[in-house]
Amino acid sequence: MNFELNEEQEMLRKAARDFLEKECPGLLVREMEMDESDFPQELWHKMTELGWTGLVFPEKYGGTGGSWLDITILVEEMGRALVPGPFLSTVVHCGLAILGAGTEEQKQEFLPGIANGEMLLALALTEPSAGYDAGSIAVPATADKDDYIINGTKLFVANAYVADYLLCVTRTKDGANKEEGITLFLIDSKSPGIKVTPLKTMAGDKQCEVVFENVRVPKKKILGKLDNGWPLVEKIFAYGAVAQCAEMVGGAQRVLEMTVEYAKQREQFGQPIGSFQAVQHACADMVTDVNGARYVTCEAAWRLSEGLPCSMEIAIAKAWVSEVYRRVCLAGHQVHGAIGFTLDHDMQLYFRRAKEAELAFGDADFHKETIARQLAKGFPL
Amino acid sequence: MDFSFTAEEQAFRKELHNYLLKEVPDWFGGIFVLSEDEYDRTWEFTNQFARKLAQKGWLIRSWPREYGGQGASHMEQFILAEEMAYFYEPRGAHYMGSNWVGPTIIQFGTEEQKKQHLSAIANAEVIWCQGFSEPDAGSDLASLQTRAVEDGDDYILNGQKVWTSYAHHADRCVIGTRTDPDVPKHRGISYFLMDMKTPGITVRVLPSIFGSHFCEVFLDNVRVPKRNILGEKNRGWYTMMASMEYERGGYLHYAGLARILDELIKYTNETQRHGEVLFNNPLIRQKLAELAIGIRVTRALSYRVAEMRSRGINPGAEASIAKLYGSEFHRHFANTSMQIMGLYGQLCRGSKWAALKGRVEREYIWSPEPTVAGGTSEIQRNIIATTGLGLPR
Repeated sequence: MNFELNEEQEMLRKAARDFLEKECPGLLVREMEMDESDFPQELWHKMTELGWTGLVFPEKYGGTGGSWLDITILVEEMGRALVPGPFLSTVVHCGLAILGAGTEEQKQEFLPGIANGEMLLALALTEPSAGYDAGSIAVPATADKDDYIINGTKLFVANAYVADYLLCVTRTKDGANKEEGITLFLIDSKSPGIKVTPLKTMAGDKQCEVVFENVRVPKKKILGKLDNGWPLVEKIFAYGAVAQCAEMVGGAQRVLEMTVEYAKQREQFGQPIGSFQAVQHACADMVTDVNGARYVTCEAAWRLSEGLPCSMEIAIAKAWVSEVYRRVCLAGHQVHGAIGFTLDHDMQLYFRRAKEAELAFGDADFHKETIARQLAKGFPL
Repeated sequence: MDFSFTAEEQAFRKELHNYLLKEVPDWFGGIFVLSEDEYDRTWEFTNQFARKLAQKGWLIRSWPREYGGQGASHMEQFILAEEMAYFYEPRGAHYMGSNWVGPTIIQFGTEEQKKQHLSAIANAEVIWCQGFSEPDAGSDLASLQTRAVEDGDDYILNGQKVWTSYAHHADRCVIGTRTDPDVPKHRGISYFLMDMKTPGITVRVLPSIFGSHFCEVFLDNVRVPKRNILGEKNRGWYTMMASMEYERGGYLHYAGLARILDELIKYTNETQRHGEVLFNNPLIRQKLAELAIGIRVTRALSYRVAEMRSRGINPGAEASIAKLYGSEFHRHFANTSMQIMGLYGQLCRGSKWAALKGRVEREYIWSPEPTVAGGTSEIQRNIIATTGLGLPR
């Protein structure tokens, strides 16, 4: 058993950190929050040049044949630096789904573009029902000769406003078992009938409303199996949830470091506030939280990479890390005092993102229910 | 990054688990909280069991081979400790001798001390207790005052120890004393290996909610030979700290809690309230999930300590993190499992209508202890903040 990164992974991590420290400063993060129509193109371009968007895809599709664990390392550093942009939705949510379930034609059509950063994708999963279970999927796709017609609204779709393609989860059959009758489509975002509106969110991230009005999609753009897409959704969800955890761990770690630094420097009553026990104890609780979050995330990521059963571990990680990130941000704010609330300070950036990350791919309550259902079979050590 | 156990480690766990399944009776609930009626039976069992383990060579598996052990790796030691915790620690008080008194003697002892003590520990022939805390020296252990004054070939000990677990069963005691009152407190401490039958020692049980667990140990002109100092005179603090390192393997009680959770899940599936099984109540389900999460987080933090040690790295503050989180979660576990059981949770083992063999009641009674013993949560937070995060003292 070994929790450490190997030498190559450590190099990747360090290179990513150094790169992002330089290329993704707080100013860029703030600019992008305000920008409703664009994403950080220059940063994206540099990330693609480093091979990040192609990291996890085989060489034959223009990638570099890296691993899932490599991606989690990158994503953690992105979480630390609050990198804006469509990396997660493009590479993890949609790219991995195409790699896993696409026909050879689909892989050839999409993966090289994803790998070289020219194609951006967004996952249109959640709806106004705001749930992650199969029963929450209702947007219908109706067969019409060689096409399907999609009507309905998807909500909270990250990055839809810049996506070239949407991976849309629809209902092609409606019966008693809601996990049956689900089909995923790769939809050109320029198709007539699609209207994308960015929502105003707490974190300034670009979650969108996507309205489909008689949007026509060819049958050959079905990803995976007709009516039998729920297992693919579950897989996307698993990778999405773990990637979200990695991103959160990166952010939480930065908050911890920032807070400890501040506690060492800020003086009140003639001494650094970090010498007061109350502040020390708050910091001790923060690192306890962050380390636990990191290790359960690593465990889930590793099991996923090994192809081991891990739905329990993923649910545990997402539930725990979601609450940790929020708690750590609150503690960070508490130690920083009022300065942390100012827009110039980074503390509030993490605080707002922590909530967005907590909610994405299921919050703690959602995952506790998943855990409980598995506990019905018992809880072996 | 690798979260797996090796094939050998898995094989060892399987063998050990099957052995414990066979040898540890279902009625055994550990020695931490004991009522009078189960006291003798429990102690007798742990003594017998420790001897059986000793005969198998498993009691001192972690010791170096030259001292009769099998040089078991850190991960194997972890697995053994985890399995023992799952079975509520059937080694009883013998785990102290084998887990850290022995290794400390191996690390600091003279050849004579090793000859005198190690095989007795290895054969489960003696029980050790730990003379650390005093009425005026708890968290501030270095301020201990039990005095050891040189007298010819001996030292004369006077003073009092408190919270000494199982002293009334112990044959020997590792005891921290003050040999030099005129230097800064950490530098005037010596550590002795003391025979509990030495004239002048009086042991008095301190009844507590845990049963007859704690004792006071009074020392009235107790004569201890000079050759019984472990390590160097006045360097005892550092020997004591080094010995405590042996115990810092993570917070393994989660394994016992995992077992209780498993039984609790069955209970919620079998017990009806308001016309349906408890398990169907979403509030109960959320609580069960929280318990599962906490167990796994404790396990991950403990795995971390074990894997660092297995790579030859001192876990440092990570050991404190594991202890802090694990003990505070333990308290939360106890309360939540009580909440799930409602009125039935308070029924003691042996009572009519008691469920889960009264384990939840027992765990609840025990639950304020782990955040106090072995370094309070406050001390752990101090260590994490200063040693771990570099915050100013």
